[in-house]
Amino acid sequence: MFKRLADSSPAIAITVDGKQVTARAGDTVAAALLAAGIDHCRTTPVTGAPRAPYCLMGVCFDCLVTVDGVGSRQGCLIPVREGMKVETQLGRREAGR
Amino acid sequence: MIAAADLASSYELVVIGGGPAGLAAAALAARAGVSTVLFDENPGVGGQIYRAITSTPVKNRAILGEDYWDGAALADEAKASGALIVNGATVWSLDRQRLVGVSIGGKARVIEASRVIIATGSQERPFPIPGWTLPGVMTAGAAQTALKAQGLIVGGRTVLAGGGPLLWLLAAQTLRAGGTIDAILDTTPNRNWLQAIFHLPDFALSPYFGKGLALLREVRAKVPVHRAHTIEAVGTDRLREVVFSGPGGTRRLPVDLLLLHQGVVPNVNLANAAGVAHVWNDRQLCFVPVLDADFGSSVPGIAVAGDGAGIAGGTAAAERGRIAAIAAVRALKPEAVVPDTQAIRQRLQREEMGRAFLDCLNRPADAFRLPEGDTIACRCEEVTARQVRETAQMGCEGPNQMKAFLRCGMGPCQGRLCGLTVTELIAAERKTSPDEVGYYRLRPPVKPITLAELASLPISEAERKAVER
Ligand SMILES: Cc1cc2nc3c(=O)[nH]c(=O)nc-3n(C[C@H](O)[C@@H](O)[C@H](O)COP(=O)(O)OP(=O)(O)OC[C@H]3O[C@@H](n4cnc5c(N)ncnc54)[C@H](O)[C@@H]3O)c2cc1C
Ligand code: FES
Repeated sequence: MFKRLADSSPAIAITVDGKQVTARAGDTVAAALLAAGIDHCRTTPVTGAPRAPYCLMGVCFDCLVTVDGVGSRQGCLIPVREGMKVETQLGRREAGR
Repeated sequence: MIAAADLASSYELVVIGGGPAGLAAAALAARAGVSTVLFDENPGVGGQIYRAITSTPVKNRAILGEDYWDGAALADEAKASGALIVNGATVWSLDRQRLVGVSIGGKARVIEASRVIIATGSQERPFPIPGWTLPGVMTAGAAQTALKAQGLIVGGRTVLAGGGPLLWLLAAQTLRAGGTIDAILDTTPNRNWLQAIFHLPDFALSPYFGKGLALLREVRAKVPVHRAHTIEAVGTDRLREVVFSGPGGTRRLPVDLLLLHQGVVPNVNLANAAGVAHVWNDRQLCFVPVLDADFGSSVPGIAVAGDGAGIAGGTAAAERGRIAAIAAVRALKPEAVVPDTQAIRQRLQREEMGRAFLDCLNRPADAFRLPEGDTIACRCEEVTARQVRETAQMGCEGPNQMKAFLRCGMGPCQGRLCGLTVTELIAAERKTSPDEVGYYRLRPPVKPITLAELASLPISEAERKAVER
């Protein structure tokens, strides 16, 4: 869905559900997932429907992911860090209700 | 990086939001000698218009355009002013006593402020069409953010839909960056011209006139534009097709990415939670805070500047920030020297001149604001338009009651993407005005924070004594 204009920024290695993904400095978690072609980042608590980042500006909360063990973080507001562990979320199981 | 622990316990001025309004306000106040802190939840300053202005990987200046690069001066000015600028800082609470709850890097603080300027800007208006929750459907603003901040451009088959200046701007920026757009579905009703035409003389004098025409020409030369009365995003696990109906009948386009946009509306959550009074603005079809000439709100000591005060654009946002900051400086440090407000107000007036035309021309059609049937109104709790309409017919009079019936507005986005839809749907079903219906009553935290963040709040000596016996 998205491609990089230039690959000039330094590479940053993160894992998404245990798989290696190469992000770039300046990426947010949500941008790194989109650039890597990862189709959705969570499923909803109500019907289990897949969701992907929608607004990339912190308003929709569809980009919720687990970052380094902390659940329901807004992926579009968190810059990637070397070695970051990102996990996609299953809404039904992890929403905790 | 500034940590939560580095903050003082109080500041004379707290500015919330680092777009043009917040940057201009913080710079002016700090320069006048007011102790000022600015919080912004993004990794860098700039807000929406100047997103990633200090870090963008898009080096070819022609792609984002000169209006974007204007932001660099504002960012420099704020940095040099002596204001403390804290990024990655999410404000989750603000109350009438001007206590500001902020979270930085997983640690929370509550800061006292003598004055607060809310400069949290705008967000894109909800665009509730069938299938708008599918992966592959995003907002045009999202694509623009990815371009500015990460240098990502759309790949695959891409369709833009909706209306308003930002849709055309993103299209132009994408094309300049070498991206391809397969089609634009223009949803602006033709009859909007009837209302807009009265305001054309003012618009012709505003800076947006020439720029707008050039943008339309640039995009139309390269992308097929179709009129659309209805749009549907189709797919099961992800978006596969866009189906739209227009003057030429119904058409289907296979597509990978659909970017929606029908204007921006004030981001009211923080002001609303702080108890700031709002009214319905029928021309902009949204709630706006009730403000005085200095952008002071109904809550003493709290001002709302920038597009959060009603949509007027980035340059106007900076001028509004300056006016709000001057009022704050005058209250805090009457002896300080401040710029002449008369000149600022004149510039602001010039900026605001073309607004009536733009608002009337780009007024989104009812079909794209008042969804029907199984179309989702509340994305978080997956509440449909039919549910909202039927509950309103049964006697539910307002959005807060609707929450209790359907849970709409109770998910993590706290009504940001359903609030206007739910208000307008209730108003339509009950044949009354959105002003009468009102908006969700919001309470802090306006952004979810973890228990660990709350537990990290420092405890004062007085608080410790209060519980130790
Ligand atoms: C996605 C998007 C893209 C846009 N792009 C353009 C453009 O390219 N050109 C143009 O002319 N106009 C654009 N606009 C219109 C925009 O409203 C501008 O007019 C301008 O950015 C408004 O400036 P502002 O200072 O009022 O707010 P903004 O620039 O929106 O800045 C508000 C800032 O506040 C921060 N914030 C919000 N809530 C909190 C909180 N609780 N805690 C901490 N920080 C918070 C936000 O992260 C943001 O950085 C865009 C709008 C949107 C929504
Ligand atoms: S993509 Fe909307 S909040 Fe992150």
